[in-house]
Amino acid sequence: MLDPQGEAVEGSLRKLGFPILAVRVGRLVDLELETSDPAEARAQVERMCAELLANPLIESCEIELEEA
Amino acid sequence: MTDRPTVVVIVFPGSNDEGDAALALEALGGAPRLLWHAETELPPGTGAVVLPGGFSYGDYLRCGAIARFAPVMGAVRRFADEGGPVLGICNGFQILCEARLLPGVLRPNRQLEFVCRDVIVRVESTNTPFTRGCSVGDELVIPVKNGEGNWYANGELLAGLESGGQVVLRYAEDVNGSVGRVAGVASAAGNVMGLMPHPEHAVDSLLGSTGGTPILLGLVEAARERQLGVV
Repeated sequence: MLDPQGEAVEGSLRKLGFPILAVRVGRLVDLELETSDPAEARAQVERMCAELLANPLIESCEIELEEA
Repeated sequence: MTDRPTVVVIVFPGSNDEGDAALALEALGGAPRLLWHAETELPPGTGAVVLPGGFSYGDYLRCGAIARFAPVMGAVRRFADEGGPVLGICNGFQILCEARLLPGVLRPNRQLEFVCRDVIVRVESTNTPFTRGCSVGDELVIPVKNGEGNWYANGELLAGLESGGQVVLRYAEDVNGSVGRVAGVASAAGNVMGLMPHPEHAVDSLLGSTGGTPILLGLVEAARERQLGVV
């Protein structure tokens, strides 16, 4: 997938002399949920990704859960 | 009733081209009516809807991603589903894509620059109310002004759109990395269209080109027919 921001950052890091293989720029969304059930939390966030947080045409998402 | 059909121009927080859209529609025989996004119904007798350019909701998350949840969008979707003509310009195009009323999505321009200049777009389909006054191959000079006009669809989706006549406008040259050099697409039924160039800024030769005139004239004409048919 074309990632113009990632390519620009990659070029700049190369110019700084870092041995870069690839750069991708994404987005981090911190969510605090009411539920404390991990399965329920994951199901909710998957729905959030599908309905708003990510556009599946150009974005994928990874979900990490932490206990508050 | 007046012979000037009502064309509703939706105003979102952060829209900024609703004024030019209204002026252009007025000049081309329409009766523009601005409608705040918090409304939940279109005025009775609405003949067409325009989603104007701008930076709705600050372009937060992705361009158009938040605006698609605006209260008025339910009414816009119903109007589109009934066959009403809906035109999304620039940010309006982005909103219609995020709302899944149009295929694809707009990404940051490949050159990561805001592009603001006249471009030439070629008419690829006359199977929409907005281009039926044109001929395939007509070249229109219309300005673009955006940072995220780089339309994307995967190969399979693009092929289907091309064969179905849904690619309506194509840049004569590569402007921003859009796949297929697509500048504007339509829904399968043709009554919903989005484009990144701004036809409302190109209706008066004193201000440059008049390449936007046929598109907006088509919109006004479709609005008139719809109003006559509904009444």
